[in-house]
Amino acid sequence: MNRDSNLYTFLFIGLLIVGIASILTFTARTLKPLQDENVRNEKMQNILSTVGVNVNREEAESNYNKFIIQELSLKLDGSINESLNPFSEIDLVKELKKDYNNQHFPLYVAEIDSKQFYIIELRGFGLWDAIWGYISFESDFNTIKGASFDHKGETAGLGAEITQDWFKKSFEQEKIFNDSGDFVGITVLKGNNDPGNIDKNDHEVDAISGSTITGDGVTNMIYERIKNYIPFINKMNQSVVMN
Amino acid sequence: MSEKNKNKSSFFFISKNSEPIFSKKNRQLLTDPLDDNNPITVQVLGICSALAITVQLKPAIVMTMSVIFVMASSNVIISLLRNLIPNRIRIIVFLVVISSLVALVDEVLRAYAYDVSKELSIFIGLIVTNCIVMGRLEAFALGNGVWKSFLDGIGNAFGYGFILILVAFFRELLGSGKLMGVQVIPDFIYEMGYEDNGLMLLSPMALITVGLIIWVQRSRNTKLIEEN
Repeated sequence: MNRDSNLYTFLFIGLLIVGIASILTFTARTLKPLQDENVRNEKMQNILSTVGVNVNREEAESNYNKFIIQELSLKLDGSINESLNPFSEIDLVKELKKDYNNQHFPLYVAEIDSKQFYIIELRGFGLWDAIWGYISFESDFNTIKGASFDHKGETAGLGAEITQDWFKKSFEQEKIFNDSGDFVGITVLKGNNDPGNIDKNDHEVDAISGSTITGDGVTNMIYERIKNYIPFINKMNQSVVMN
Repeated sequence: MSEKNKNKSSFFFISKNSEPIFSKKNRQLLTDPLDDNNPITVQVLGICSALAITVQLKPAIVMTMSVIFVMASSNVIISLLRNLIPNRIRIIVFLVVISSLVALVDEVLRAYAYDVSKELSIFIGLIVTNCIVMGRLEAFALGNGVWKSFLDGIGNAFGYGFILILVAFFRELLGSGKLMGVQVIPDFIYEMGYEDNGLMLLSPMALITVGLIIWVQRSRNTKLIEEN
């Protein structure tokens, strides 16, 4: 057949695309279970790491079942939706697109050495793409026990450094409510006011040079997500007082 | 019949009857791109990714391995199809082949090397836009046999990766005092007042580092210097 004819051209590209599409679909379908397993275990790993349990991916599931005693799906008014499993059924990517009133907010409760910790899932935007993470609080739901961040496409060496331990560590023991009890969140701040992060009452952590927008993204993400848990925190505190 | 068979075998391995597999010419296909015809420092291709992923050594190494795979396979595939591809749509065919290979690499990494795939995330996708891959398909694979194209792909990918790793080495060492994420500059040097050069982490220093490498290369290899 004439290689320059229109018919040949259409036939060639048609066959090529059908062939390549089948190969790609086959690979994607075969590898999907493995990939899902990785994502699932990593989520457990991340949740556990905020409360100081660092395990490798293979051991994530057994440790998760051991330490996480409650998984809650909260509504905006602080009530609990019992019919929804937060770990597998709440996808923050989808939730973020909804109106706040229709969103559900996942909350995990961990118990280690008979101490309780509350873990909140975060999601927001960095410079290039999505950033997400988990942040855990001590039983007062004010003092941060630990945090873990991850990102889709922040710049390696700059914005991507939010995943590093030293950055995550700077959140520990910071408080999200000020002395008069108002919610302020945590600000990732430029300016070297407190580079060693010794002042734990300033609601600030030191930013990473060269990643201002990623840092602002972390600030916003923490504020935007945690503010939705305030009704629940208030209810919880009231019930503690009543008891 | 025997004539036909001969043609068939030379379709896959053009050099089989006339040339040994590692003849001098074929060896040159591997070694030329490392120095005399380096894709980055001589042809100045693939600069975009050389800027983007050379902040740290590890992503640079994984990127190199992925590019080796993509270039070798796409060169082989295009070389196999070279007598079938309609000339008018050859660039589209290149793109389809390259992007499917890249998608394949991405899928496999996400299943078997999850941490690495996260580290590289968007950069794997960027292999599609790497001008070296497209350039070698157009300039070499379309007109040469499978084995030669394979060697050419490997050679160019190494030439590219070698510079990438070299740049990443200096940027990570001088920019954050680490190699492969491990601190290598001892604490006492920091205590004496040494500081990491934050500028090394920003893209302009990648260009300057590549420039310095080109300078060193041309001062050693004088045939690369243009006369005018």
